[in-house]
Amino acid sequence: MSDTEITFAIVEADSEPEALTPGQVFRRRMASHTGFLIGAGLIAVIALVAIFAPLLAPHDPFQQSLSTRMLPPVWSEGGTWDHLLGTDQNGRDYLSRLIYGTRVSITIGLGAATIGLLIGVTLGVLAGYFGGWIDHMVSFLLTAQLALPGLLLAMALVFIIGPSIWVVIGIIGVLHWTYYLVVTRSATQRIRSLDFVAAATASGAGPRQIIWHEVLPNLASQIIVIFTFELGIAILAEASLSFLGVGIQPPTPSWGLMIAEGKQAMFYRPWLVVLPGICLFLLVIGANLMGDGLRDVTTPEGRNG
Amino acid sequence: MLRYIAMRGLLAVLVAFTVSLATFFLLNVATDPAQAIAGEDAPPEVVESIRTRYGLDRPLPVRYADWLGGVVTGDFGESYYWHKPVAALVADRADKTITLALSALAVTILIAIPLGALAALNPNSWIDRFALGVAVSAQAVPNFWLGLIVIILFAVTIPIFPVSGDDSWRHYVLPAFVLGASSVPAVMRLTRTGLIEVMSADYIRTARAKGFRGWQLLRRHALRNALLPVISVLAVQLGQKFGGSVITESIFAINGLGRLALESILGADIPTVQMLIFVFAIVFVAMNLLADILNAALDPRIRIG
Repeated sequence: MSDTEITFAIVEADSEPEALTPGQVFRRRMASHTGFLIGAGLIAVIALVAIFAPLLAPHDPFQQSLSTRMLPPVWSEGGTWDHLLGTDQNGRDYLSRLIYGTRVSITIGLGAATIGLLIGVTLGVLAGYFGGWIDHMVSFLLTAQLALPGLLLAMALVFIIGPSIWVVIGIIGVLHWTYYLVVTRSATQRIRSLDFVAAATASGAGPRQIIWHEVLPNLASQIIVIFTFELGIAILAEASLSFLGVGIQPPTPSWGLMIAEGKQAMFYRPWLVVLPGICLFLLVIGANLMGDGLRDVTTPEGRNG
Repeated sequence: MLRYIAMRGLLAVLVAFTVSLATFFLLNVATDPAQAIAGEDAPPEVVESIRTRYGLDRPLPVRYADWLGGVVTGDFGESYYWHKPVAALVADRADKTITLALSALAVTILIAIPLGALAALNPNSWIDRFALGVAVSAQAVPNFWLGLIVIILFAVTIPIFPVSGDDSWRHYVLPAFVLGASSVPAVMRLTRTGLIEVMSADYIRTARAKGFRGWQLLRRHALRNALLPVISVLAVQLGQKFGGSVITESIFAINGLGRLALESILGADIPTVQMLIFVFAIVFVAMNLLADILNAALDPRIRIG
């Protein structure tokens, strides 16, 4: 999936025009998967908006102005072209705040999904590879973690430790590793019984070498699929925490927090609530469609699931 | 069968114990409860007097043993915030959350199972696509945002159900819909895959050959087997509804356990938070145990194998 792999596939295809390389098959499947294309497109656009936020935002997202409070969007009566999507209760340009909001959501999504990945994959590979009492311990840990009310615990911990973006990332990450664990554990058990692992063992490779060189490379595609889904889950978790007042704090533009701030005026100025929700929806559905697509492409038998 | 239930029950007790231990240490190590009760700006001597008054100067294991000893007799300590026994606070409000969780589960069942069944019986038709679209969208919609949109719609545009409070059954219609919607994707997908699998089984072909058609075939032969896995997922989802009540109850002003949880977190009321996390975890564990037992009773392969 990296650039080198794709170039490699093209070079091979040139020398042997008849046969399709796995890389080519993969690319063709991706290109013909509508859901994947929509999802990847959404994610690409939102990522670009996050990267180029300072260039795209028409105003400073933190600049308050009492004279321009709660302006409606341009298509409503009283809207102006200067503030395309209107302004919030502090007179801040809503479009600029929505644009900067992509940064908060994406940072937290990537950070939390990575922490969950490190915990879940480590536990899953260890449990799947060694089995025995390690497997029993990890399975028990999984059962206990699943029983914990995640949102409630996250709220309590963020409140006690003190809300900052790093605390929110850390806590969401630490509470979202079970999906990685379940999948990598059973995949590792399967890979461990395959011939090439036996061959590696016969040629003197230890557990560390087998895990790094034989097991993990074969788990990569499944881990990427879960990472994509967890991205969406972490983004929604941050939005919920911020909405409840125990996540990102004002004046940082977080979509969940913006919905909470707009709630007081939502009957008269519904766009304050509607617009950030649409942004969240597009980002999360993008991640989910991409995940669904990647799963279909990497494991064709898993379709319709 | 009895042996199986006993093993599952023992595991459930172990999980409950672990969860209580983890929660207690997380909530008490991550912070200084005395400081949290006194407030951030309180002078040190006030904090110290609170520490001795609530017994927070004792070592952590002693406090845990004390707490656990109380739990066994139904005493969860006294709320720092409401100055009442925590168990009484929770008992007062539990009925509202139970009503909400059960009605949310009913909403999930009423939407997800018919939709999943229709999709499975007509694969790749417009209804199948529609069901998939519902599942993908419902997964990406932030639940708190859906709640606010429903409130905006029903408060102003179609005022047939009240949007705030918990006085009559009518007050539960909208919150139950919002909380129930979050489980629709999982249950719908599972019904659909299960039914597709069952419909291609040999015994269904035999039943068809014997002249069974349509609804009769579905009810007497297919659904029974297809819904086996759905039952355990429903039990798990019901367990999660209690944790999910935090958001729904605070949006729709239902005075249940979820709202109590938010209030006690914002009031740094650690004994109440502790009991609620424990109770929600116990409910989840109990629901899982129930699902295991139900499955074993319905499917002999599990209890023998």
